[in-house]
Amino acid sequence: MNPNFLDFEQPIAELDAKIEELRYVGDDTEINIGDEIIRLQDKCRSLTESIFSKLTPWQTSQLSRHPQRPYTQDYIDRIFTDYQEIHGDRAYGDDKAIIGGMARLGGRPVMIIGHQKGRDTKEKIKRNFGMPRPEGYRKALRMMKLAERFKMPVITFIDTPGAYPGIGAEERGQSEAIARNLFEMSALKTPIICTVIGEGGSGGALAIGVGDRVNMLKYSTYSVISPEGCASILWKSAERAQDAAEALGITSERLKELGLIDGIIDEPLGSAYRDVDLTARNVKQSLIESLDNLDKMGLDKMLETRYQRLMSYGRYTEE
Amino acid sequence: MSWFEKLMPSRIRTESTNKKGSVPEGLWTKCDACNAVLYRAELERNLEVCPKCNHHMRMGARKRLEAFLDESQREEIAANLEPIDILKFKDSKKYKDRIMQAQKATGEKDVLVVMKGQVKTLPVVAAAFEFKFMGGSMGSVVGEKFVRAANVALEQNIPLICFSASGGARMQEALFSLMQMAKTSAVLQKMAARGVPFISVMTDPTMGGVSASLAMLGDINVAEPKALIGFAGPRVIEQTVRETLPEGFQRSEFLVEHGAIDMIIDRRDMRDKIAGLISMMQNKPAA
Repeated sequence: MNPNFLDFEQPIAELDAKIEELRYVGDDTEINIGDEIIRLQDKCRSLTESIFSKLTPWQTSQLSRHPQRPYTQDYIDRIFTDYQEIHGDRAYGDDKAIIGGMARLGGRPVMIIGHQKGRDTKEKIKRNFGMPRPEGYRKALRMMKLAERFKMPVITFIDTPGAYPGIGAEERGQSEAIARNLFEMSALKTPIICTVIGEGGSGGALAIGVGDRVNMLKYSTYSVISPEGCASILWKSAERAQDAAEALGITSERLKELGLIDGIIDEPLGSAYRDVDLTARNVKQSLIESLDNLDKMGLDKMLETRYQRLMSYGRYTEE
Repeated sequence: MSWFEKLMPSRIRTESTNKKGSVPEGLWTKCDACNAVLYRAELERNLEVCPKCNHHMRMGARKRLEAFLDESQREEIAANLEPIDILKFKDSKKYKDRIMQAQKATGEKDVLVVMKGQVKTLPVVAAAFEFKFMGGSMGSVVGEKFVRAANVALEQNIPLICFSASGGARMQEALFSLMQMAKTSAVLQKMAARGVPFISVMTDPTMGGVSASLAMLGDINVAEPKALIGFAGPRVIEQTVRETLPEGFQRSEFLVEHGAIDMIIDRRDMRDKIAGLISMMQNKPAA
């Protein structure tokens, strides 16, 4: 088992390894194995296509937190220019699970805010596995207020398992910090475009997720609770996470059907990490399109639309 | 059963057990905190606060509003809103069945009960969470009812008071329930912008998505004594940090100490204290 691949990806990983091996061998033998490589590559592609054409919600959930999935910084590097990172909430500290700063998107100044996960163990700990504490949300809010003051659109990237459940986080007012962001974002006088790039975990995600456009990458997820958390509460066993993933409807496709998100951003075959540059180009295009549409709307209408959309969330009957 | 009772004819035995059973159910209640045996009627007169140790027991939504509002001119708002199972959610039970059971057990259509009325003659809109309805969980109906409550407050420029008691978002409504956090916070933003007071009263327990939205956004945040208030549940935190939690962690007193809430109010003083606050916030003479 290759730990960099998920269990359902293992057949693809094995074929990939075989192709690599053949390439290596190919250098010093007389036999022409080019045809064999091409044949294997075709096989690999059709295998990937068939696996990815019938992904279960649970598999999508695993993909959304794939160890190789691109993170916020990967998109910042590829989409924007002139990025300058901003730090701190001016009250307690600098939460490294949320990063951001000013940059240019096609020349235009914008404010970027996103959850950041770590790649290796050291980095994972530094980023607290992408789980923000109150100072993270307050840092994000400070950046949003800056953006409002200097008329920059806010662009957020959502990728978190959720808010950090720790003693200090509670002591410093986790609930209030999240609530305050929802409150402020609902009326922030500048366009807000939110993109779920990986895991959209509950309140921790929503705290930078209220905006004029909410888009999701194809294999990202957005949920009120993690499938494991839901399973352990409702099924009394985390083992039932697959059932929970199914029931919660956490995939981009399902959420689009339900009218809870605006758009789905396409990912390359085999998901985002297979071609990060291409994924980033897709994200960039979606950001530019969203921003153009919001510009045409004008601030007042945009704010009213944002508010009415928030009010429209929910399904109920009234006799 | 003693050897002597065993010897007795069965007819007499039945009579004796019948006598024991003749004490009506629910006449006496035990306080969860101090174990004192309390007379039910007296406890109710004391608004479900233990007269021996001042422990604030959980109180039903309707009872709470009736205790809080003046008797005259009460009018329920959006009483007919009902939940639907949009996702066909099924865990060990169907969500649809859970709704039906909760409705039968509580007599409410969903968690939130909203009334327009008066507190010591000051007009207000008051909302209360029914914790016995699926743990006071916030789904679409709670969000919508809260917004309707706020809209009445906005239209009539009268304060909104909300008593929360909730485990958090309602998982069976999945992302719809998460979005209720944004919805309720947005309407509170509108109230704040227009200067219409919102008093949030957190009662035991106020957790998760409710705590991280409407409950923490009061112009004044109030809590009842010793209520459990927080974002993540104590068990989840313990499992994550693998430490024992400090004494009184996530209780009202802890929250005052850490600056998260403004004050703790004893339930029996709630009417007076809140009437005092809102009359000042709206620059009206003391009620």
